[in-house]
Amino acid sequence: MRAVVTVIGKDNVGILHKVSGICAETGANVIEVTQSVLQDMFAMIMLVDISGLNSDFAVLVDKMNSLGNQLGLSIHTMHEDIFNSMHNI
Amino acid sequence: MLNVYNILETIRMIQDECLDIRTITMGISLLDCIDTDIDKACEKVYNKIVNKAQNLVPVGQKIEKEYGIPIINKRISVTPVAMLAAACPDGDPVKFAKALQKAADTCGVNFIGGYSALVHKGFSAGDERLIRSIPEALAVTDNICSSVNIGSTKSGINMDAVKLMGRIVKETAEKTADRDCIGAAKLVVFCNAVEDNPFMAGAFHGAGEPDCEIHVGVSGPGVVRSALSKYPDASINELADIIKKTAFKITRMGQLVGARASELLGVPFGIVDLSLAPTPAIGDSVAHILEEMGLEKCGTHGTTACLAMLNDAVKKGGVMASSTVGGLSGAFIPVSEDAGMIDAAVEGVLSIEKLEAMTAVCSVGLDMIVVPGDIPAETISAIIADEAAIGMVNTKTTAVRLIPAIGKKEGETLEFGGLLGSGPVMPVKDKSSAKFINRGGRIPAPMHSLKN
Repeated sequence: MRAVVTVIGKDNVGILHKVSGICAETGANVIEVTQSVLQDMFAMIMLVDISGLNSDFAVLVDKMNSLGNQLGLSIHTMHEDIFNSMHNI
Repeated sequence: MLNVYNILETIRMIQDECLDIRTITMGISLLDCIDTDIDKACEKVYNKIVNKAQNLVPVGQKIEKEYGIPIINKRISVTPVAMLAAACPDGDPVKFAKALQKAADTCGVNFIGGYSALVHKGFSAGDERLIRSIPEALAVTDNICSSVNIGSTKSGINMDAVKLMGRIVKETAEKTADRDCIGAAKLVVFCNAVEDNPFMAGAFHGAGEPDCEIHVGVSGPGVVRSALSKYPDASINELADIIKKTAFKITRMGQLVGARASELLGVPFGIVDLSLAPTPAIGDSVAHILEEMGLEKCGTHGTTACLAMLNDAVKKGGVMASSTVGGLSGAFIPVSEDAGMIDAAVEGVLSIEKLEAMTAVCSVGLDMIVVPGDIPAETISAIIADEAAIGMVNTKTTAVRLIPAIGKKEGETLEFGGLLGSGPVMPVKDKSSAKFINRGGRIPAPMHSLKN
């Protein structure tokens, strides 16, 4: 089971560190990261394995949401099934 | 395979274009709650609903978190209550409405639909009592919806019921006149009602359905409008293709959520309703899709053609995306719930006559239309009869949800708030239809050959 974490917003020091920190805390294993910074816009998509989570998936979502609010970033954490079912037949 | 473009497209649809799951609706059969003692029956109804649906809201919230998609409503539809009321001839059917309200409060759902009667060929025991109790039932409850089926393609139109419903609609508005006539917004009159509709106010759980199941209604007018806006010079058949592709994506989301809800609740998956359901929010309007196609204002000449294409393309795209499609499936045009329709009605471009034509080619019917408070009951009945005739002849579901604005005239507005929005009072003809309505009887079922 995998989930997709997307982070978009103004670039700042330590975004990747904080996001991956939450992954480590909750037991989500980072599989793949694609990241770009265009002028001062930060955009990152992270694929994480959530089969070894040490808590409910909702806890990971809540933590990411509160980090997003704290840093003024738009962070979405969604199960990969939504993308697979929407874009693949 | 995941790719960046797809991920960002999905997120944009949800965040900027108001894509959401409009409702997950649990259908529950109450046939095993029938009892000759109405108090016992009410107790059984309450217990059965709470037993089946106690996890509906938490499961809905869990899925919202998991997939990051909002699920706006969690609802329940039940067996038409007239079937239960038939067994207790001395009981007041309003007791059932109160029991349903209590169950809605306990489960935390937004609405329970099914305070209903099916009288397309005639009244059986309980039907007429239930219908006459609708104004009271909708006035003393907040989250109960009612529907009455007065006609069908196979049986014709029950004009006695049409006559009665004109009075009931008006009385329901009068009883809630202090609350912007909200009662009438929870009452819908159908021709060819479907048994697995997840949308309110017309949801009920048909007698042919299983004991308990889960239906999903999707939404997404904003996504369709935004997709079309990227192709300002495309031809109509190219637009139809874009709509199909978009509807496919929207419906896949409904299928995923429905399958997951069914798994988590341990209840069979019923249907996905392929729908474009607007809300009064900016960017969530079906009227704006039609305007994107090239109409200066929804309601002008060409509206029916645009809507016919939209409705058909939504179905074509959606059908392949879901394993089981049902319900009302199509584009909804509830006037007060759609920012573009409200605008068009206020400007006088969109009239009841045009809406009637539009209902011949899209989902459902004259929906959430505010009419003057002094409208005669017979005129409401005549509007119902016209709309039912369109449904009967064209073998489709049609419905009427009119709200007589008690004490208000053309030019004034009713404010419901929330998803129900607000509606300007729209003019109706002032010539009487009373003699026709007072004849009573039945319009015979139409023939199915020699079609012209």
